[in-house]
Amino acid sequence: MARVGLSGNYAIAYAVKMADVDLIAAYPITPQTTIVEKLSDFVANGELNAEYINVESEHSAMSACIGASLTGARVFTATSSQGLAYMHEVLFMASVLRTPIVLANVNRALSAPLNIWNDHSDAMAERDSGWIQFWASSAQEAFDTTVLAFKVAEETRLPVMVNIDGFIVSHTYEPVEMPGEDAIRSFIPSKAMLNRVSPRLSYSTGVVGPPEYYYEMKYQAVDAIERSRERIREMQATYNKAFGRDYGDTYGYFMEDADYALLTMGSMTGTARVVAEKLRSQGEKAGVVSIRTYRPFPSDILERLLRGVKSVGVMDRAVTPGGPVSPLLADLASCLYGFAERPVLQGFVAGLGGRDVTEDEFEMMYSKTKDAGKSGHAGQTVYVGLRE
Amino acid sequence: MSTQYRTMKDVPKEEYLAQGHRLCAGCTAATAIRQILKVSGPNTVVVSATGCVEVATSFFPQSAWRIPWVHVGFVNSAAVASGIESAMKALFRKKKTDEKVNVIALGGDGGTFDIGLQALSGAMERGHDFVYVCYDNEAYMNTGVQRSSATPFCASTTTCPAGKFSRGQSTEKKDLVAIALAHNIPYAATATPAYPFDLMNKVRRAIDVEGPALIHVLTPCPTGWRFEVEKGIDYSKMAVLTGLWPLYEVAKGSMRLTVQVPRREPVKKYLEAQGRFKHLKPEDIEGIQSRADLLAAKYGLGPVKEQV
Amino acid sequence: MSKQNLKGWKEIPEGGMITEPGSSVGFDVQAWRTYRPVMDKSKCTKCGMCWIYCPEGAIKYNADGSYEIDLTYCKGCGICNRTCAVKAISMVKEER
Repeated sequence: MARVGLSGNYAIAYAVKMADVDLIAAYPITPQTTIVEKLSDFVANGELNAEYINVESEHSAMSACIGASLTGARVFTATSSQGLAYMHEVLFMASVLRTPIVLANVNRALSAPLNIWNDHSDAMAERDSGWIQFWASSAQEAFDTTVLAFKVAEETRLPVMVNIDGFIVSHTYEPVEMPGEDAIRSFIPSKAMLNRVSPRLSYSTGVVGPPEYYYEMKYQAVDAIERSRERIREMQATYNKAFGRDYGDTYGYFMEDADYALLTMGSMTGTARVVAEKLRSQGEKAGVVSIRTYRPFPSDILERLLRGVKSVGVMDRAVTPGGPVSPLLADLASCLYGFAERPVLQGFVAGLGGRDVTEDEFEMMYSKTKDAGKSGHAGQTVYVGLRE
Repeated sequence: MSTQYRTMKDVPKEEYLAQGHRLCAGCTAATAIRQILKVSGPNTVVVSATGCVEVATSFFPQSAWRIPWVHVGFVNSAAVASGIESAMKALFRKKKTDEKVNVIALGGDGGTFDIGLQALSGAMERGHDFVYVCYDNEAYMNTGVQRSSATPFCASTTTCPAGKFSRGQSTEKKDLVAIALAHNIPYAATATPAYPFDLMNKVRRAIDVEGPALIHVLTPCPTGWRFEVEKGIDYSKMAVLTGLWPLYEVAKGSMRLTVQVPRREPVKKYLEAQGRFKHLKPEDIEGIQSRADLLAAKYGLGPVKEQV
Repeated sequence: MSKQNLKGWKEIPEGGMITEPGSSVGFDVQAWRTYRPVMDKSKCTKCGMCWIYCPEGAIKYNADGSYEIDLTYCKGCGICNRTCAVKAISMVKEER
């Protein structure tokens, strides 16, 4: 196992190279670009035997990926923010047409105003698209999750999005342990899948589904992502065993006896952990839950992890204007709603447009969450750091 | 040297567009596609953009395609075709497949001139080995005859209707072949189903050429142009005979007129019985005649017949 | 289409694909016709123009070189009548 200093983006590029993809169709956008630049390098030097299509837009990137995936090829693309939004309509097609594409989404705020820095609005806007969504919080996780993504995509025949926070994870150099290519290839063997556009089959794909059929065809994709839950956990276990990791749908830190917890997704988890350690040393029964698999939503695991916790502060790095609460809080509240005993949920919105979320702010969030737990009811969603 | 289609005996008899599709009675796009697929044969993948042909041939569970067929969206037939072409190349090179296929991207004028132009431009610029066929019925026919940038001058459509303050479409249609040639592609041509051998030979050359090729096919639409259903091929022919639809090809930058018209018909004969042109005043017809004369001069067609 | 014949989500091919090429041949277009083409074989020169122009593929080519109208797939558009150089095809009002 090699130990190399890599940025999150480069870690993903190396994972894609080791996965021996057959085709990459991508369009540059900050802060994803160094992934595809690295991959172009690999292709240009013969280190990766793949076709690299310099498409003229992200919409075409995803479209070309669908076409390629239908031939049975292993396919990859990367994007962020506006690019993901531009491919919006095609994402919905990719999931229902069952094309196992892997997309690395380097989270960046959606315009307007124009902003190249990190938040989760881009991926949140696609939570209905039917894609499996993983969230990686470090360069190591970025590498491992991308390798896992290919396996998950091909076994479930659903497209998979690997999210990493823009600049924070994508551009920060961290030590990454990379298994050898042979070990990776035995986890994800490089073989062609069914060629659905073969003249030997002459299938018609992407047909008109009138009212008598649309419902059933859409349900196929709903059922597929529901059933993927168990499969994903099995594959995570296999990966962990093969490569000495400990990945699950969630992480719990100090959750064995936590009274008050913070729920995060992405790189904010790191800061939350540091703050939780400090609070613990002060005698607080603080805990952190981080979500790694966002779609399919790990309702069962979350319910178990949060049982007995008095209150949870949910950190959203995106907003749903006009909605009852922000997206991640909405999902968590929905999954816990049916249980008689459930923690008080305090909502926080922080870090929009790349705004730094400090340890002090985390302590403030913990303190408000604790207040909510003590009083038995949450206050309005707190917009952390917002200047009036 | 590409296969030549000279007589009916040369034309393959297999039908790759199956009967029972839902295109209108008298649809010349259906005729064109039958002719095209006879040339491309069974080893072909067709990528359709949303439109008349796509919707009428893929209504679950009926498919009119006897070859592999894909539809992903309106914007992206050229992008999807690029993905298929490149993936097959990669798989063949990596010995993961033994198959080689012709890739044809098929879009209507809406899905080519307007919403699909960007993807088409990208695919042509990148040099993918595929054929783009635009079947041009000069409006968004599938959704009820709305104007596109291929709608000709003075044509009435539902979104540029003739009225008290409007003569219909106020601009001339874009020159798709010129746009394609600006991408340095090795082959582009115009065609129409009334001249089947001309069309089939061009499709053959387009498939055989290495790199992107574009065929712009005029496919008169009885429903949208408002003429009797049996006259589709008549109008297809008349468009050529008036000089409004010159049949030519451009191979490696060199233009060749493939159907000469020694004595052109006056455009009046083409326009008069089409419902979409019934509001035309003499000055509008003169304007359209000048355009036909300009095209004739550009492509080397003959003069207009003397009026008896 | 009766509801009993419609496939459920478990039976429909994955991704909603149509796995039977040319399954449209089962779709009845005959009801679209108001007029039906009738071919006078004594006039027919077997040129094949009706066959190449038919939008439906409703004209069959026989091994002996002759052409025949297959009414199963004919929508009655009349293009064959218009394009026949020797007027061997005429359009007759549908009786049904």
